[in-house]
Amino acid sequence: MTRFLATRAGIWTGFAAAALVLFGAAPLLLSGFRLGLFAQFLCYAIVAVGIGLAWGRGGMLTLGQGVFFGMGAYLMAMHMKMADAEFRNGPGSVPDFMELAGIRELPAYWAPFSSPAFTIAAILIVPTAFAVLLGFAVFKRRVKGAYFAILSQALAGAFAILLIGQQSMGGFNGLSRFRYFFGYNLDDPVNQQMLYFIAAGVLLVVVAVALQLRRSRYGELLVAVRDAEERVRFLGYDAANIKVVAYATAALFASVAGAIFVPVVGIISPASIGIVPSIMFILGVAIGGRASLVGPVVGALAVAAAQTALSEQFPSAWTYAQGLLFIVVIALLPGGIASIAAATKRFRKEPATAEATA
Amino acid sequence: MQAPVPIEPGLTARKVEHRMPQRFTFTARDLTRTFAAAAAVAALVATSACGSRAGEETAAAESCVDTSGDTIKVGALNSLSGTMAISETTVRDAIYLAVDEINAAGGVLDKKIEIVAEDGASEPTVFAEKAEKLIREDCVASVFGGWTSASRKAMLPVFEDNDSLLYYPVQYEGLEASENIFYTGATTNQQIIPALDYLAETGVKSLYLVGSDYVFPRTANAIINAYAEAHGIEILGEDYVTLGSTEFSTIVNQVKSAGADAVFNTLNGDSNVAFFREYANVGLTAEEMPVMSVSIAEEEVGGIGVENIEGQLAAWNYYQTVDSPANTTFVEAFKAEYGADRVTSDPMEAAYNSVYLWAATVEKAGSFAVADVQAAADGVSFDSPEGTVVIDGENHHVTKTARIGEIHADGLLYTVWESEGPIDPDPFLDGYDWAADLQVSN
Repeated sequence: MTRFLATRAGIWTGFAAAALVLFGAAPLLLSGFRLGLFAQFLCYAIVAVGIGLAWGRGGMLTLGQGVFFGMGAYLMAMHMKMADAEFRNGPGSVPDFMELAGIRELPAYWAPFSSPAFTIAAILIVPTAFAVLLGFAVFKRRVKGAYFAILSQALAGAFAILLIGQQSMGGFNGLSRFRYFFGYNLDDPVNQQMLYFIAAGVLLVVVAVALQLRRSRYGELLVAVRDAEERVRFLGYDAANIKVVAYATAALFASVAGAIFVPVVGIISPASIGIVPSIMFILGVAIGGRASLVGPVVGALAVAAAQTALSEQFPSAWTYAQGLLFIVVIALLPGGIASIAAATKRFRKEPATAEATA
Repeated sequence: MQAPVPIEPGLTARKVEHRMPQRFTFTARDLTRTFAAAAAVAALVATSACGSRAGEETAAAESCVDTSGDTIKVGALNSLSGTMAISETTVRDAIYLAVDEINAAGGVLDKKIEIVAEDGASEPTVFAEKAEKLIREDCVASVFGGWTSASRKAMLPVFEDNDSLLYYPVQYEGLEASENIFYTGATTNQQIIPALDYLAETGVKSLYLVGSDYVFPRTANAIINAYAEAHGIEILGEDYVTLGSTEFSTIVNQVKSAGADAVFNTLNGDSNVAFFREYANVGLTAEEMPVMSVSIAEEEVGGIGVENIEGQLAAWNYYQTVDSPANTTFVEAFKAEYGADRVTSDPMEAAYNSVYLWAATVEKAGSFAVADVQAAADGVSFDSPEGTVVIDGENHHVTKTARIGEIHADGLLYTVWESEGPIDPDPFLDGYDWAADLQVSN
């Protein structure tokens, strides 16, 4: 089974099956509300694919993906608030939350976001460029391991605090009350389904990109850097460049996920991008299996779905159940859900060995 | 000696190499293919997008509320985990008390109320998600809950888009009036402005403003500044700290050296503990420089430590000590249900009222339908623990009596001043000329 999936035909079959589930079964089986929730989970899965690449393949424990997720989300939210204000009060008008905060003049850096093209370009370029710059600064100095993890987490905390202090970015409350997504009414169920399809489509594309990167020579170099960075350096490669590519790709994925998250969920606030959400992103990847291709996706979806299911069943005690679940999975399956096949194989073998030694 | 075991099976470089034949390189052709796949997905998405566009009407959401049985479902959406849990669980207790009482008295329109509880987890996105779940999956007739403005703002579009009802029980910064929300806590003209009236009456000529950095303190202080300008009060300083900050030595020293007649405190949560401890540390007292707080109720006094805060002032609409038959009944019922050591506070009372106000509106309308409840709401009243409250059908707020309370050694607040009767809600401050600059277009 695993061997078949590694062949070209196997890959196409895998994608076809995923597309069938995402585009066929899910919209048929799930209610409008559940489909919207699923779209939200898919956004987490897109972030997870990036983390799987940077952490699972590249060994960079990115504890601060909330920064890039937040950048994409806020950039999209700015456009949607601008579009909303312009639709109601004409060009150049101030979004509703600014009026509440006592801001009467549109800040200059908001103005370009009335353009959809500018916004999409910004979502793709700004976080990626930031990650490239940061990556060079950090990896060229050979900062790695726990130091890199602490640095990236501190960045997420700082970014959230920065936004809380900016009344012109919605402050603590964040940005919410969006009505239109590139001209489409957000309260129309058909358009909500469209958003789900966008999330599902982007997830497939992102997994395809990750797959190509894994199977390329670059992917092998990345794993080599993870396992023996010094040796790769002695062979004449610059390890920093190799790491930056994976880090920036992960940032791009997170940004795109954030941009889709905003119209799907209808709000973005510092609470969704700080340290805690950043750790939740990592948690999904760890539970799913960071080194495999679909592990992070499965993990992110499983964690989000478990969180929702548990909190609906036990509103006052679900956090304990969730904690227990994490402990059980990590203790029994250190390689994540993706390693379940290997783990059962090991389990089946063990009694035989025990007999032999007896 | 045993061979080294890889920490995680399947993670060693050699294994990966085995699975990766050289012919799989990331070529330009692969890139083209990836883009082609992306384009195909985009095309698929584009063809499915045939929903309504901006400016067009969207078909009204169908309500799925089931009124055929002998129970009616309502939602209770409070943070039961996270930083707000300590406050919001008290509100949940009050909601359950009101529902139990109404059920014991025969229910609403002869139906027993059934609560569907959800955890908002102190996160705006979770509030939005759970609100939508309550409306669309559980088909509740209305939802009670929310505390922070962030949670309310996250839920507002959900209730508007699905045309459902939220009863929000906490004092807030005003400047909002949604058709789909009933606000049973105070708006600014029922709390902030009476507090300023009281301070002005007692001869305060200068104020120092301290607040957490988010929308409520910012809006409150904008109102205080406008009020001060119109009434000849001098503002000697205005400081904000990050939510949850506990570092106050600098600010308290500035407050001390500024020598204002009083301090207006809009800090939230843990910051109050640190602020009042520091305030007492530098030797400032309630006699010398009183602090007027708008977020400290009976629940919070214990956490701050009554010795640090005794004699200070608070502005609310309800205290546990309010002397009325309705309040005696409420406090006794609450203590009987949850324990004699529990206290009742303003947000709890407002939440308790909100359930009764909803039930009374439904009885008046003779229907659970949102449109009928909205139409019947104007003038619906309830003899609540704080006095009679009446719904204003225009802005969906309620009339409330403003009360200034003093914190005593027993940890309770005692009314030292109250407004002449209930104050009509004015969330946009239309009735105050000096507030003209604060008004916003809704």
